[in-house]
Amino acid sequence: MTSSGSERDTENAPSAPRAIVAGHGGFPEGLVSAVMQISGCGEVFLAVSNSGLSGADIEEQLKSRAASAGIRVFFTDLPGGSSTLAVRRLMRTDPGLVLVTGANLATLLEFVFQADSDPREAARRSAEKGRAALAAFGGE
Amino acid sequence: MAVALYRIDDRLIHGQVVVGWGQPLDIGFIVLVDDNVACCDWEQDLYRMGVPPEMEIIFATVEAAVREHAMYAADSRQGLVVVPDIATMRRFVEGVPSIREVNVGGIHHRADRVQKLRYVFLSPDEERELRRLAERGVRVTAQDVPAARVVPVTELLGATPPEARSA
Repeated sequence: MTSSGSERDTENAPSAPRAIVAGHGGFPEGLVSAVMQISGCGEVFLAVSNSGLSGADIEEQLKSRAASAGIRVFFTDLPGGSSTLAVRRLMRTDPGLVLVTGANLATLLEFVFQADSDPREAARRSAEKGRAALAAFGGE
Repeated sequence: MAVALYRIDDRLIHGQVVVGWGQPLDIGFIVLVDDNVACCDWEQDLYRMGVPPEMEIIFATVEAAVREHAMYAADSRQGLVVVPDIATMRRFVEGVPSIREVNVGGIHHRADRVQKLRYVFLSPDEERELRRLAERGVRVTAQDVPAARVVPVTELLGATPPEARSA
């Protein structure tokens, strides 16, 4: 896999997923759909919703989806959400996993274009990008 | 102030509890009543991470929560008590008879459970436990988030007890 623009243009086959986006309701699917619309690279992410699942089932689903795709990086919505807690439980037995919580569209777009980076470094940069994208205007 | 909500939720601390209920009720502290979590530092660290800094989280066994309940009720802040299952809530209510309302917030799918609502699945034993709670005079309702419809226990369980249903 490469992040080079010229090679990307010649490679029409979808990339293998590199991270899971997990969270409440339609948040994961919505965010991945937005990534697809903007970058055409939605396949970088697997979307996993926690709707209707117990904490144990969320953990099991994230574990099995990550294992089957060889994924080591997770993006979640809320720091205190059940998807975040489930990933933290997985990290207890597998400390090499990487978690970014509070993810937004800017976070994921940054990650998409760092295909050749170390996952930890890519996740750290993505978190910084997502944080920097938050702003409030008006009301003065 | 008082304990604003006594909730049964198998996810314990998560978005619906901390944000969904926590913000509109202006919750200042959460009491997580679970015998397993109360004796495990790692689990406590995990749940502590899930609450914002302005919200205190207290971990207690059922026995300790019964003993300390008067203190929770006298706290100047609004409180929320969350337990993982119906059996734990039943034990807690038996120890604190002044509890008059219980919220069923999330009991999810398991092999021996039947779906009652989108977010409530119950085994026959759990149905019986809920009936017993209601028969004690506790107002039992299901409601996952404040904006959702309040479902009374009679509607949740239906009129027929599980033992009669299989006959």
